[in-house]
Amino acid sequence: MSQSVLTRRAGSLATAAAIAALIAGAGAALAATPKDTLVVAWAIDDIITMDPAESFEISAGEIMGNSYDRLVRFDVNDPSKLSGDLAKSWKVSDDGKTYTFELKPGLKFASGNPITAEDVAFSLQRAVQIDKSPAFILTQFGFSKDNVKDKIKATGDLTLTIEVNQPYAPSFVLNCLTANVAAVVDKKLVMSKEQNGDLGYAWLKTNYAGSGPLKVREWRANEILALERNDNYHGEKSKLARVIYRHVKEASTQRLLLEKGDADVARNLTPQDLDALASNKDIKTTATPKGTVYYISLNQKNPNLAKPEVREAFKYLLDYSGISGTLIKNIGIEHQNFLPVGLLGASTEKPYKLDVNKAKELLAKAGLPNGFKVTFDVRTTQPVQGIAENFQQTAKRAGIDIEILPGDGRQTLTKYRARQHDLYIGQWGADYWDPHTNADTFARNPDNSDDAKSKPLAWRNAWDIPELTKKADAAVLERDADKRKALYEDMQADFRKTSPFVMIYQMNEVAAYRANVGGLKLGPTSDSTYMFTVTKQ
Amino acid sequence: MPFLNALVRFLGAVVLTYLGLLAVTFFIGRVVPIDPVLAIVGDRAPEHVIARVREELGLNLPLWKQFLIYLGKVLQGDFGTSVLSSNPVMQDIRRVFPATLELATLGTIIGAGIGIPLGVWAAVRRGGVADQMVRVMALIGYSVPIFWLGLMALVVFYARLGWVGGPGRIDVVYEYTLTPWSGIMLLDTALAGEWEAFGNAFSHLILPASLLGYFSMAYISRMTRSFMLNELAQEYVVTARAKGLSEARIIWRHALRNAAVPLVTVVALSYAGLLEGSVLTETVFAWPGLGLYITNSLQNADMNAVLGGTIVVGSVFIGLNLLSDLLYRTLDPRTRTR
Repeated sequence: MSQSVLTRRAGSLATAAAIAALIAGAGAALAATPKDTLVVAWAIDDIITMDPAESFEISAGEIMGNSYDRLVRFDVNDPSKLSGDLAKSWKVSDDGKTYTFELKPGLKFASGNPITAEDVAFSLQRAVQIDKSPAFILTQFGFSKDNVKDKIKATGDLTLTIEVNQPYAPSFVLNCLTANVAAVVDKKLVMSKEQNGDLGYAWLKTNYAGSGPLKVREWRANEILALERNDNYHGEKSKLARVIYRHVKEASTQRLLLEKGDADVARNLTPQDLDALASNKDIKTTATPKGTVYYISLNQKNPNLAKPEVREAFKYLLDYSGISGTLIKNIGIEHQNFLPVGLLGASTEKPYKLDVNKAKELLAKAGLPNGFKVTFDVRTTQPVQGIAENFQQTAKRAGIDIEILPGDGRQTLTKYRARQHDLYIGQWGADYWDPHTNADTFARNPDNSDDAKSKPLAWRNAWDIPELTKKADAAVLERDADKRKALYEDMQADFRKTSPFVMIYQMNEVAAYRANVGGLKLGPTSDSTYMFTVTKQ
Repeated sequence: MPFLNALVRFLGAVVLTYLGLLAVTFFIGRVVPIDPVLAIVGDRAPEHVIARVREELGLNLPLWKQFLIYLGKVLQGDFGTSVLSSNPVMQDIRRVFPATLELATLGTIIGAGIGIPLGVWAAVRRGGVADQMVRVMALIGYSVPIFWLGLMALVVFYARLGWVGGPGRIDVVYEYTLTPWSGIMLLDTALAGEWEAFGNAFSHLILPASLLGYFSMAYISRMTRSFMLNELAQEYVVTARAKGLSEARIIWRHALRNAAVPLVTVVALSYAGLLEGSVLTETVFAWPGLGLYITNSLQNADMNAVLGGTIVVGSVFIGLNLLSDLLYRTLDPRTRTR
């Protein structure tokens, strides 16, 4: 009796479960995204603001690049070429200090407000006045809160002058004006939302006031970011009505969404995922070398690591080709210079390869024939963790005993910034599209004291380099492009030989997308991956 | 006035719990070796910007002062702004908590709905098929990483069979067709009468909910089994059998009734555990819930967000404790006479 009751109950439970599964099955329409909407699966949890004067993160950069216009943009296919965006033309005064821009007439913001020189001047002034992380890209030209209104001003409805403090290379100044921090915001709209003289800062953090081909419809942190076609855009209108970025942290999940057609583009796939997708006819991939380089650095506060021979020995202890073929396959390109390929003057010299004997010789010369012990701060993400472990193995062959200290990204970075590490593995992405951005951090250290005002990567590794600093300073003032290029080449040669940085690779960004998506091209910087040129069949 | 006394004691305990919770979270947050300024300004900011933000956040003040300032604001209902999302913390939580609530509730319904009968069955037929099943399921539940199981479930039921919706809460098509009211998708779609969207949301929800349900089922069925074994060995069961009551009546009306009291605690605890948000499940299923929110905030030392999340989790525990206390009173007549 009891048995039959229970069996019947269990039986009905099982039936109920089966029915539930069937209902769920019926509900799941076979996946396809709408034709006019591009769905991008991407880890977008780095976005903290929608204000171009503050935004400095990778995924935010792409949003800004698609939704805000600026005076000039560089050509995605040849980043050394500039073209006018809002600017129709520009000229530089003979003394090299005054830039005059003439805007294209009749342009409108997404809000419908007209775009005037006053909006441009306001946007640049605002970025300097708000003074957030990326403001230095502008303030390095001598602007400050006090003088910016005199230095950058509208001289007519459509004309604007910018006065810099030194006769910089024009390419340097214009390159910096392509950065997001120089994006043009709708003055009327922003100022209507001002609270307590904050220049609209509180409002713009989560809102939009631009004129780009796509406008920001909604941002829900860690969840979704939706862009929509801006019908007021001055250039060719976006083919897609909507671009939706979905925050998907896990690479395997991204891959499933892409394969199933619930995402059109997947942005954070691992080398293994990409290998597996290579045989799928419905999926294509596109790749572009980015302005980001990865390195292992040696803190010069550690007396062993400060020896020139040790610095050089470490460069012979990395298995460059092994790492290229495995850990960074598809996602990185072996690179041994501080300037990423694509920037003016970038070198592709690769003098180092794994050579344990050579390293041993150098260590013996440094008086450390039996090697030494050293710690290595590594954040627990791939591929850096894999590279660090690989390096640990090869260094052991030369007697160097590396202890890996695993940590979270922010944690290792906090330690690195305080110069408390021995070895550190990190990456650096160009802040703006000019060689000075990387020269400024890798090869320039004006003050090596603990309380220095500026703390570039050279400082973080306590690398005191008065000579290189002078060269870097001279290069930004060289107005002849060929001569400027030669200066950077010279600095890189010096850097390769003497620096405490073992340069590993340049990032190669790969996106996998469904075959019905056309025109997707990743830009060399985060803000030049344009979604408004993408089509869908 | 025993009732008033109990109320005062209860409220006192609640206040102390909150204070302790806040203090511990606050101080842990301040001693983790992560610079909270970094999350706001990024790695590239010049030193003067870093210094200014540090001052704006009040990080230069002594720890106890920072804590008092924070407490003062919380008492006025101001939980601060999340540096990661630029939104007031409570606004963020109002967005992420319903996602977790929906998932945890369905997970618990599945877990308890299947786990309890299964546990009863296993206890009644010791060593039988159900008993073995409970054992194997519990074993898998304890030993298989939820992350892996989640991915496998996605591969099978979403990618291969196409029975369920994929990661995320709803298909993009519906994303902008309905206005969120409660943030609970099933409720919002049902209230709007959007039954197609309701089905879609359900098909997205069922897989992660089943996964969480499976883990709580593994736990609940084992506990039910042991409570029931305990009850079935009692003398009143023998008496009932001697009286000639049907076996079904003995099991469901007598033994389970008595086992229900500790079971309420087990189910409530398991529910509370799910309401904290399951970070791994939320990661695999791209589910924008509380677990991911708190973890992500913690990794960036976004302490306002972490503290806000902690308060919510604390409230869930306190609320469920209160609820199970009340259920005790209805289920167990002895507690009423005290």
